[in-house]
Amino acid sequence: MALKSWRELPTGCVVFEPGSASEYHTGSWRSQRPVWNNQKCIKCGICYVFCPEGCVQQGEDGFFQADMDYCKGCGICAHECWPRAIAMIEEG
Amino acid sequence: MAKRIGMEVAVAVAEAVGLCDIDMAAVYPITPQSHIAEHLSDLVADGKIDAEFVTVESEHSAMSAVIGASGAGARSYTATSSQGLMYMHELLPIASAMRLPITMAIANRAVSGPLNILNDHSDIMPQRDSGWISIFVENAQEAIDMSIIAFKIAENKDVMLPVNINIDGFQLTHMVEPFEMPTQEEVRNFLPPFVPHATLHPAKPVTMGAFAMSDYFPEIMKAKDEALKNSKKIILEVWDEWAKMFGRAYKPVETYKAEDAEVLMLTMGSMGETAQMAIDELRAKGVKAGLVKLRLWRPFPFAEIKAAVKNAKKLIVTDRAVSFGGPGGPVFSEVKSALYAEAQRPVIYDYIYGLGGRDVPVGDFVGMFERVLADTANKEVDTYEFWGVRE
Repeated sequence: MALKSWRELPTGCVVFEPGSASEYHTGSWRSQRPVWNNQKCIKCGICYVFCPEGCVQQGEDGFFQADMDYCKGCGICAHECWPRAIAMIEEG
Repeated sequence: MAKRIGMEVAVAVAEAVGLCDIDMAAVYPITPQSHIAEHLSDLVADGKIDAEFVTVESEHSAMSAVIGASGAGARSYTATSSQGLMYMHELLPIASAMRLPITMAIANRAVSGPLNILNDHSDIMPQRDSGWISIFVENAQEAIDMSIIAFKIAENKDVMLPVNINIDGFQLTHMVEPFEMPTQEEVRNFLPPFVPHATLHPAKPVTMGAFAMSDYFPEIMKAKDEALKNSKKIILEVWDEWAKMFGRAYKPVETYKAEDAEVLMLTMGSMGETAQMAIDELRAKGVKAGLVKLRLWRPFPFAEIKAAVKNAKKLIVTDRAVSFGGPGGPVFSEVKSALYAEAQRPVIYDYIYGLGGRDVPVGDFVGMFERVLADTANKEVDTYEFWGVRE
């Protein structure tokens, strides 16, 4: 998405397209990424429940992963995961 | 032509706002603004105007309510003073960033502490950088005219910015002065219905006041600065239009006997009328004294100020607020900075006066001129002094 110049901004920065927040990829903020160890994962879904971004999804096999377009790397999933199945790994 | 009547200025301001077809007002009473709040509330309660009067529990809520109402497309009004304005402070830049054409009267009063209910400009000065159009008035007629004009300026599609009108507390709000009140029909002819640039409506969802990070924040600040600077053109146009309809012309900078003046004084607000009497007294003694009145504080009228003072040898800037530990009063630093690059400019003095309602009679203004005239070697230039403070 090309960044607009100051002249192109709408008056008062009103956003006229509903639901357009999904175009904003908060994944660019991330400095650590969650990595699931499916050997330890018991598919309880607590990561899914606690993710403040709503970006943790359950796959068809029942295991979880985060949508890296939106995952900010906050680490709440790893903190809440009581079987310790999620590790936060530094981004390169 | 409207008939000349006398009325307390605060009540007259509420009457004038009542002619402007407002949709809502959210006003929390505070001395010396209370009579505006009370009378506007009366107008609504008595069914004289068709508007919602929201009885909020604080000034923070008053500003929040008018922001919400303006966002929904309502012509929205509020008024406050001193601590109330300080309490609104965090919301003021939001109203301007969202480009909401809110109109607010400020009955200027000293900010605590110590607690003081009387007049100076220490409430508006900390709001200087909030992105509002800021106008100072000198008398009842100006207070009434600007209360009506402000809506038209604010709501112009090329402006869409909030406006505050500064009316000296007590010294102006509580005076009974003669003025001409425009008729309902005249105001209707002058002020078209409000057409918002966007509205909050469930049928057409929009987001107002969205979050912005470092990738957009500087562009948004630049756009806001340009919007405020560009508003001056419209302000001048609307004032011209008012002059054509009502015969009263307004300029960002007014002058009085300034053309050939060697020593000029600059005032803001109601003190201008007293200073004007001092000019007459000095002129009668053969002193080439003149007055410059700054009406438009934001956007700051650089060209007009430069033109008004360029031929004077000395300029006395008067301030009614203090920038503690700073370079002088806020008006002084602004005027000095405006003249910095000018090849031809007067030497500038700053007197901080009339704080917390301290009376400043004509003789004090004469005294300021005499002090400056006696300073032939320009030794007292470039600094500031608290005028009349006991040593």
